[in-house]
Amino acid sequence: MNRIPVVAVSIGMATGIYAISFGAIGVTAGLSILETMLLSLVMFSGASQFAFVGVIATGGMAAIPTAIASAWLLGIRNGFYALRMAPVLGMPGIAKLLSAQLTIDESTAVATAQSTPSGERRGFWWTGISVFIFWNLLTLAGALLGDQIGDPANFGLDSAAAAAFLGLVWPRLSNNLYRLIGLSAFIVAIATSAFVPAGIPVLLGAAVAALIQYWGKR
Amino acid sequence: MTLAVIAASIAVFSWKLMGYLIPDRYVSNPKFRQLADAITVGLLSALVGIQGFTTSSEFTVDSRLPALILAALLLYLRMPFIVVIASAAAFSALIRMFT
Repeated sequence: MNRIPVVAVSIGMATGIYAISFGAIGVTAGLSILETMLLSLVMFSGASQFAFVGVIATGGMAAIPTAIASAWLLGIRNGFYALRMAPVLGMPGIAKLLSAQLTIDESTAVATAQSTPSGERRGFWWTGISVFIFWNLLTLAGALLGDQIGDPANFGLDSAAAAAFLGLVWPRLSNNLYRLIGLSAFIVAIATSAFVPAGIPVLLGAAVAALIQYWGKR
Repeated sequence: MTLAVIAASIAVFSWKLMGYLIPDRYVSNPKFRQLADAITVGLLSALVGIQGFTTSSEFTVDSRLPALILAALLLYLRMPFIVVIASAAAFSALIRMFT
């Protein structure tokens, strides 16, 4: 990944495709266009946003505590990404707020695929800003179109999201330890998904990764 | 509802910010960096599993599997990211149309 801007913009466009479906699902779930936009602007974390509107769609106002808890739980991984990015970005004081907001799957994945600290910084900022712009513009488009869009699965958008995560982790699978970590986390997440609340399987994948890294390096 | 949206957004943001507020001497440690790197790989791989093979927490195999195989092939051939994503979506939509 040498041409960071090209990668960043194409990732922005790809995530924008499912921002359209997020916008549509948001208003269909009963949120206003403003509330749907607030989620994309302030929450800015795809999995948490989809979880929030998904719970509201099925449970309405009574489900608000569950919706907040689900979104929060799904956001934990951004904390791990932030730990990874903090020493690389070295943001002073209040500027930490800016880097924190852009700390998501995509920006971290592109950053960590680079081989130098300056490359990591460029990867992070280019991808974070690109995704933020596309994500919000296309959330608005989706919210305006509303339920005229229909089931996102009909357009293969669920496959697009899965392929996007595969594309993000792909450059990292260059050594056997990371291949083992990737495969194990993948299997553990699927295997546990039926038994634990949404959001937890991904964290169990992270836990397995940490354990393998710990033992693999001894 | 607007308040709930704002509360949830701040709750999610708090994780992101927390990572940046931990003192530098802990997060700059090379061992810690390696661990954070491995966790990133684990999180993204787990997300491929959840997004590709579950529906409402149920294990599911559907047109997302061939779409992911196509995506893996295109990634192996070093195709651009947007081509990979668009092809996976189109392939999956095509399969659903005919099944």
